[in-house]
Amino acid sequence: MDEVVVYRQRRGIEAVLLLLAIAVAVGGYFLIHLDIDAELPTEWPAAVVVLTTLALVAHLVIRWRIPYADPIILPCVMLLNGLGLAMIHRLDLGGNERMHSAELQLGWTAVAVAVFCAVIFALREIRTLNRFWMLLFIFGMVLLLLPLVPGLGVEKNGSQIWIRLNLGFGAYSFQPAELAKIVLTIAFAAYLAGTREALVAAGRKIMGVELPRLRDFAPLLLMWLASLAVLVFQKDLGTSLLFFGLFVVMLFVSTERLLYPILGAALFAGGAYAGFLLFTHVQTRVLAWLDPFADYDRNYQIITAQFGMAWGGSIGTGWGLGRPNLTPLAKTDFIAAAFGEELGVAGLSAIIMVYAIIVARGIRAALGSNDSFGKLLASGLSFVFAIQVFTIIAGVTRLLPLTGLTTPFMSQGGSSLVANWATVALLLIVTHHARRPQTAKPRDPVVNLASDETIELKAAA
Amino acid sequence: MNTMNGPIRKISVLAMVMFAALLINVSVSYVLRYDSLNENTLNRRVMDARYAQQRGPIMVGNNPIASSEKVKDRFKYLRSYSDGPLYAPITGFYSYYYGASALEDTQSAELAGQADSQFIDQLVDKLAGSEPPGGTVETTITGKAQRAAWKALAGRTGAVVALDAATGAVKALVTSPSYDPNELATHDLDASKAAWERLNADPAKPMANRATREIYPTGSAFKLITAAAALEQGLVDGPEGLVDATAYQLPLSSKVMEGKCGGDEITLAKALVVSCNPAFARLGAELGESGLQRQVEAFGFDQAPLKDIPSTASRLYSKAAHPDGIDLAQAAMTGIGEFEVGATPLQMAMIGAAILNDGVVMRPYVVDTITTADLKPVFRAVPEQLSQAVSSDTALALREMMVDVVVNGTGYRAAMNGVEVGGKTGTYAPESSPKRYAWFVAFATELNVAVCAFVEDADLENTEIGGARAAAPIAKAVMEALR
Repeated sequence: MDEVVVYRQRRGIEAVLLLLAIAVAVGGYFLIHLDIDAELPTEWPAAVVVLTTLALVAHLVIRWRIPYADPIILPCVMLLNGLGLAMIHRLDLGGNERMHSAELQLGWTAVAVAVFCAVIFALREIRTLNRFWMLLFIFGMVLLLLPLVPGLGVEKNGSQIWIRLNLGFGAYSFQPAELAKIVLTIAFAAYLAGTREALVAAGRKIMGVELPRLRDFAPLLLMWLASLAVLVFQKDLGTSLLFFGLFVVMLFVSTERLLYPILGAALFAGGAYAGFLLFTHVQTRVLAWLDPFADYDRNYQIITAQFGMAWGGSIGTGWGLGRPNLTPLAKTDFIAAAFGEELGVAGLSAIIMVYAIIVARGIRAALGSNDSFGKLLASGLSFVFAIQVFTIIAGVTRLLPLTGLTTPFMSQGGSSLVANWATVALLLIVTHHARRPQTAKPRDPVVNLASDETIELKAAA
Repeated sequence: MNTMNGPIRKISVLAMVMFAALLINVSVSYVLRYDSLNENTLNRRVMDARYAQQRGPIMVGNNPIASSEKVKDRFKYLRSYSDGPLYAPITGFYSYYYGASALEDTQSAELAGQADSQFIDQLVDKLAGSEPPGGTVETTITGKAQRAAWKALAGRTGAVVALDAATGAVKALVTSPSYDPNELATHDLDASKAAWERLNADPAKPMANRATREIYPTGSAFKLITAAAALEQGLVDGPEGLVDATAYQLPLSSKVMEGKCGGDEITLAKALVVSCNPAFARLGAELGESGLQRQVEAFGFDQAPLKDIPSTASRLYSKAAHPDGIDLAQAAMTGIGEFEVGATPLQMAMIGAAILNDGVVMRPYVVDTITTADLKPVFRAVPEQLSQAVSSDTALALREMMVDVVVNGTGYRAAMNGVEVGGKTGTYAPESSPKRYAWFVAFATELNVAVCAFVEDADLENTEIGGARAAAPIAKAVMEALR
């Protein structure tokens, strides 16, 4: 007999943690100014009020629409976003001339929170998306391959994962993979929730290994080819790994067959190795990873980032006291290196832990969810988030070859911020469904009949 | 519904492994990679931070000749030199692009407060959250003597070294022309670069340390060494022993060295007073390469004598040009300081000091004391005996002969009232130039100091009188300043 667990809402905890997150971010912001100018800027109350208001709005929308949502995720996101804003502001001050990217990024945070609220309002009954999986799949694939369209895609740092839209009021750059990641996760979750029975059941045994039918196997091959196309034409190992990893993991979760991840890993490794042999741009990245000092000028960025982190040492130089501006693209790709420099190994590790907490809460939601779609969606979103954080930070710290992915919630850039806040909105919706009391729609009539005596009401730990 | 929880748990383990890999990689980098990254000279952050450290002063007496001033730019402290060109060979420079030289280089860790001996203070400062202030380097230089030497050189190319004969402490160390280290230490890096290029391109070589790093033919000043070797190795029986002063045809050569020494047989003392060439050439040939080599080594040749600032070893002849040694004619020419003899003014001052100090050569040193910012001494120089160059009897004989040179001979311009002064002149005519190298090696017995004055571009005839005219007054001026 199933036990029914009734979770407490814990919205008060969320509010307290949000205040703590804002306090940490604002503390960083203050320290930057105290360390650089020994005084606070005149506009600090405005900055604090805007950030606090955004957190309050997000919190109230959750209270109103999805009160059973996980209380830890939003404060973690707010903390990362706030720290990212502080660091971008610090990099604004450190350049030869004062820049204003942090103000713009704060504006994008407002847009992102608005999108977050909109997703919560519009998609609270997220299962309605189930029906449109084919449409979402096609849309996601188009987005993924969009940077390859001539005239639209632009090459940045050797990778072609950006598009530039020329709107009436000016050019606007956008990484379509950020949106594709969400759309495809929803599509995969919906598709696999519907077909997982077939994928598991049918198949032939060849040499003791049970293979799925070609018809069910085809999507795996299709995704493999798509990810190879990303690797070869967009020249970005990270994006390629992101999507293929996402698909393989969701396939594994839905079928519970270890064959898929093993096969997937082998296919990806083979494809990546072939790419390394065939394409010089892949070789360049790999060589920069193995021995950056072999070509100081070409690998200047990765080298100077290592210098910065080494200089920061265990506890960093302190906010505003390092020189992260020496690293090109410190606000975007290499923001983790800026944290490593000014907050040290300790600070960077703490940030990695906050990302890990978000992933852990997301997977917890997947475990607690009570329908296939919710489970697949939560595990897919969490895992794709984990891969993204892993590949970019691993690239910056020389664990893996560098990729052009953004650091979620921290990197400067609107599209990434909006997409990641939307991801969090979806995750929170799933957690809301997973955690809310299940009495409204009992699945098991036996339990229902005996409910008065036998259902144990228990609070979550 | 728990159907898919198995694989979800498995991917959660995979996610955990990924995050653990990130954390482990960052920690392992800290342990294994960061030290070498921080030592890398391409690491601008570390280089700049080092350049921006507050360094302690370099002192001459109570007068800081190099100090760090707080300024409002990214390097925070500007290194400045109060009397730049005068003390440049001692302080060296401290620049962004070109590193440091002389004491700024060899005492860099102490000046920055980063030396091992200052470890406890560093720890205390680190715990207190402040930067460790640099240590103070006190030199052995006497400002008055340094200024006197500079003034006496009067812009001519040359060098002066004064040593405390008993300890080896350097009392004056001047090289001319000099340069202003302020020009290289400036935070205007373009100006620093321009100054560096200009100083290096200057044909007068203002950055060359002529006192310790350049070797020159010594001319007759070398006769001190030949005389020392002849006495030590028993070729001549004391200063009153007779030597052959007649005209001398060099072995295996048609070249004849004129006599004109005031007699066919004269005493060694007389030969030194009149600086008799054929007498010392004969002694040189008699001593041969091995006899001369033994004596110059005992005086400190063939090793860099000074450790606090860079110095060059003096040589008897060029071992590279003559790997199989030199013949008798060459040894004869070497005996009068010709052929390929090359010595630094510092080395020649050490010879004067050894003669005054009973034949004992003391290692020269420039750093006397190093103290922390709060005046705790962390280093105090201990005089070190380098070698016993000659016996005390020979030393005494040489001393009396040198006094004779000043009282009755070519060195009369160095005589001082009420102080016993000894000296030996030297003149050398380089083939490439109409100018002369003028030397004067001297000591003042009661003051216990030895001085070597060297002028590279003396405008005079190639005579002993000429060499003494250019260099002896400089030596005298320095000794007067040390009185």
